[in-house]
Amino acid sequence: MTIYYTKEHEWVSVDGKTATIGITAYAAEQLGDVVFVDLPEQGTDFDQDSDMAVVESVKAASDVYAPVTGTVVESNAGLEEAPERVNEDPEGDGWFVRLTVTEPGQLDGLMDADAYKAFLDSL
Amino acid sequence: MTISADTEKLLTTPLHALHLKSGARMVPFAGYDMPVQFEGVKAEHLWTRQHAGLFDVSHMGPCFLTLRDTTLTGDAAHHAIASEIEKLVPSNIAGLKPGQARLTVLLNSAGGILDDLIITRPEVEELQGTLYIVVNGAMKHDDWRLFKDVLSETTHLTRADDRALIALQGPQAVDVLKDFFPGCEDLTFMQSRRMYWNEVRCGVSRLGYTGEDGFEILIFADAAAQFAQSLLEDERVKPIGLGARDSLRLEAGLCLYGHDLNPDIDPVTADLAWVIQKNRREKADFPGASIILKKLSSGPERKRVGIQPLERAPAREGTIITLGDTAIGEITSGGFGPSVERPVAMGYVDLDHAEPGTQVELLQRGKTRAAEITKLPFVPPNYKR
Repeated sequence: MTIYYTKEHEWVSVDGKTATIGITAYAAEQLGDVVFVDLPEQGTDFDQDSDMAVVESVKAASDVYAPVTGTVVESNAGLEEAPERVNEDPEGDGWFVRLTVTEPGQLDGLMDADAYKAFLDSL
Repeated sequence: MTISADTEKLLTTPLHALHLKSGARMVPFAGYDMPVQFEGVKAEHLWTRQHAGLFDVSHMGPCFLTLRDTTLTGDAAHHAIASEIEKLVPSNIAGLKPGQARLTVLLNSAGGILDDLIITRPEVEELQGTLYIVVNGAMKHDDWRLFKDVLSETTHLTRADDRALIALQGPQAVDVLKDFFPGCEDLTFMQSRRMYWNEVRCGVSRLGYTGEDGFEILIFADAAAQFAQSLLEDERVKPIGLGARDSLRLEAGLCLYGHDLNPDIDPVTADLAWVIQKNRREKADFPGASIILKKLSSGPERKRVGIQPLERAPAREGTIITLGDTAIGEITSGGFGPSVERPVAMGYVDLDHAEPGTQVELLQRGKTRAAEITKLPFVPPNYKR
């Protein structure tokens, strides 16, 4: 299983054809207290970089983009009742959606953990 | 997701270094580099409702409007300066007692609101003929230009750029502050006194914008950081950023200029008709009086109301409110209320649908979500009357 990162602070954990997607610890920290996550329905298709979900903190609403093209196989229903999981465990229990990746070649354009860390240091 | 950065040249307040030292996350606001949060909006919000929160509101526009003619004293001086500012506001300023403050609005000739502000008649004898005025930071330059254009040559405006304005808000604010300003506990809501801290002259007013009991202290800039630092050394006090300031005022049902109020909205529509006292209604001598008084008697077309989203999604500014297929209004402030633990919002709806309990829908990102018109505020005020 490989984890990729985007410059928009999403993480993508790939297992075979399935990608689990969430926002990074850095993003969750920047957002502050998450109070609601608007997640897509199962079966929805997304192109890479299109608006996929919305995360609402006390402060503001922020768009979350699809890091790769794919189809939603599952959204994290647990976030409905416990959106604070995004802050508590952003890169674990606080995941957003699972996609079936239709264009795996896109993953090569994303960052690995070291590259993302270097990217954060550059901000 | 996108995290924006802003690098424009910003002003700083006398507490800027203290904010940085306290671990603030800073953002540009009204031209200043201001703290949006310290430990987190939710924690800061709840701390203020339970203990005491320290807010830097120095970016707002504290100023003094003074009569040039110093031969007038007492009530005569006050009435002379009040009659000047009453050219722009619909409240009874002449009738303020020494040491009394009042919320009011600046109006254009159509009765539209140009800003909301607090006007205080100083208590001390030598300041009769002076009004202490605090306008909104984002509007202050426009407001001050308006004063200059409309008010007569007999008045003089002094910006309090040499001061900081610090708010201490929350149920424990009075217990903290009475060690700094003995006697401040005797003030009631919307009362103001000159007091001294370490021989520094301060203006201490029992008011604020959180719905809680609390104070605002106008203090000279060179003493401000030490004063704020001393307050923060009390374990009941924590620094609070603009994020929690916004969620606190929204739960308290208080308007934010540029969002809930603008030049197209009059005081009746804004449900602020109470700022127009009886004697001003009778005299009908304020800008837009005929339009405003007509709305008072026949009712406005739309009205500011509370909106309670019934689902978990916060409804933000700009969200359209519908009933069936018809748009009946729009949200002007919305977010999550940490004290009530649910989304809260306010906005304007057509008068026919403004009754509390009316079931409506919110259009959010292509989805329709249930909501209800409700009374404001969302949390009961905790003012010291």
